[in-house]
Amino acid sequence: MKIWKALLVAAAVSTALVANVANAADKKIALVVKALGIGFFEAANKGAQEAAKEIGGVEVIYTGPTTTTAEGQIEVINSLIAQKVDAIAVSANDTDALVPALKKAMDRGIKVISWDSGVAPEGRLMHLNPSSSALIGNMCVKMAADNLPDGKGDVAILSATATATNQNTWIEEMKKVLPNYAGVNIVTTVYGDDLADKSYRETQGLIQSYPNLKAIIAPTSVGIVAAAQAVADAGKIGQINVTGLGLPSEMAGHVKSGASKSFAIWNPIDLGYSATMIANDLINGAEAKPGAELNMGRMGKVKLDDNNEGAMADPFVYDASNVEEFAKIF
Amino acid sequence: MAEAHPHIRHIPDRLQSRSSRLLKSWESLLVVVALLIFVANSLASPYFLDPWNLSDATFNFTEKAMIAFAMALVVISGEIDLSVASIVALTSTAMGYAATQGFETPALVAVGLAVGLGCGAINGLLVTRLGLPSIVVTIGTMSLFRGIAFIILGDQAFTDYPASFSWFGQGYVWWVFSFEFCLFLGFALVYAVILHMTNFGRAVYAIGNNQTAALFSGVRVGRVKFTLFLLTGLMSAIASICLTSRLGSTRPSIALGWELEVVTMVVLGGVSILGGSGTIGGVVLAAFIMGMVTFGFGLLNVPGIVMSIFIGLLLISVIALPILYARLKRRVAH
Repeated sequence: MKIWKALLVAAAVSTALVANVANAADKKIALVVKALGIGFFEAANKGAQEAAKEIGGVEVIYTGPTTTTAEGQIEVINSLIAQKVDAIAVSANDTDALVPALKKAMDRGIKVISWDSGVAPEGRLMHLNPSSSALIGNMCVKMAADNLPDGKGDVAILSATATATNQNTWIEEMKKVLPNYAGVNIVTTVYGDDLADKSYRETQGLIQSYPNLKAIIAPTSVGIVAAAQAVADAGKIGQINVTGLGLPSEMAGHVKSGASKSFAIWNPIDLGYSATMIANDLINGAEAKPGAELNMGRMGKVKLDDNNEGAMADPFVYDASNVEEFAKIF
Repeated sequence: MAEAHPHIRHIPDRLQSRSSRLLKSWESLLVVVALLIFVANSLASPYFLDPWNLSDATFNFTEKAMIAFAMALVVISGEIDLSVASIVALTSTAMGYAATQGFETPALVAVGLAVGLGCGAINGLLVTRLGLPSIVVTIGTMSLFRGIAFIILGDQAFTDYPASFSWFGQGYVWWVFSFEFCLFLGFALVYAVILHMTNFGRAVYAIGNNQTAALFSGVRVGRVKFTLFLLTGLMSAIASICLTSRLGSTRPSIALGWELEVVTMVVLGGVSILGGSGTIGGVVLAAFIMGMVTFGFGLLNVPGIVMSIFIGLLLISVIALPILYARLKRRVAH
């Protein structure tokens, strides 16, 4: 008899404990990434945890498949639906394939947003872009202008392929903001096709053709590394500054050598932070509709366009002061 | 249990009755493992024992399991088909292309089945007519079939499937029982009958145990093998219809890596990778086990790589166990 009583009490206590654990964090936000074990997403998780701490009473579930497949992400999403999480913030492996699974999640009252890599509009409430084309274009020109000696000089653009949609849009935006940067004189645009050797040779050509060249803007992670290498090999460090969009891990050496004073790319920590903040805002009753402004905590507010998409912020600038730290992340 | 089919003239499909007995205990071992995982999952997560959640979880394995039934027969016959996932991709691409041309659901299904059978026929002809080892042939066609899908689609996707097409992967027959799950049960029955109750099934075992002996006993080895490759093509096409319908879109990377999961399911189900033995019941149990492990770990938000490690360990232990058992028994006998 005694044993049974003890067992009953133990069972009751443990049930109560389990129930308490379930209630301890009253909001569950899932951060679903393309695959686990990628530095960029681990950094995003860091940001998400920071947001959770700031909000309080929120548990962030950081999860994703082993390989970057849509099927794997659907399995993860199904198990999140089963756990009745309050929100799912996903960086999608496939724009379309996740839609049925995410629709089901929304049918069951889960707030779904996409970030970084988007989902088709019918599969999410809103999409958070790390930045916008206009902000990227502006930042590229600004980084070049800030480091021009005497504030003026010749600047060349090294792009990917002539047909690359992203790059062409960004270059167009760069040209739009030129009136704001009087010292910047864009002399030409060349195409390195996102190949290291071709980008390198195109840069050599630029150095020879334009003796007064002061800066090269390469809005491509392949091009910027090749250009910096070409400038270093030509002994032009200090005369020609390479800037644009690049990855900290690939650019750290060139920043150290001085071939590149600064470059930009999105900050994954801020991205994970903002996605979590937006998810929380939606759980609290904010509505995602064109023109709406959603709260992103320390990152300000995001305004949604007609497709319910929003841009987080200016691309984050990396220079000698912080590139080492981020080179370890991505 | 010992005499499963007393009405059929009993021809032993293995020489050692001990290993056949072991085989029978294998399925009971799987039942025990499945029950343990079920109980562990129920205790570990309050969300596990929910009909709708369990229903959602079946999608983790139904499509792969349907291919695994046909794969089990191929493996029992001493061959293997590693191109199944690529057949899924090519079939899906063909259906997606047909859908953009304005074809309706019945035509899409027909296109899918035809492409699947065609792929199976190519594998079958290369193996039986040219006498090439199936592992080499299907590694080749694995790249070939998916390669074609990549050429057609590149970085694009087919997404304009008719609304009625979504029923195969998203529809429910009754309450929580999805169309896919019912199809899975139906095929389990069909394949169990084919393998365990027909002459064709006997022939498959005979070929797997001793191809030359089977040939001299009048079994049409080439024809049986060709049919088996047609079947894996067909089942891959059916899985592709379900998966495409469930995703509502096609990309060339669809079902990437499935061939290994399907083979894992077959081997975990107790089918000898050397051919000659195995049952459909074992494969069904293995499908449930893998599905429950994936879902249970998913509910606990265990990273996917831990699941892979667990499945790997499970596989090794299930294969090693009978061998260790046999060795132990021999030592005891001496």
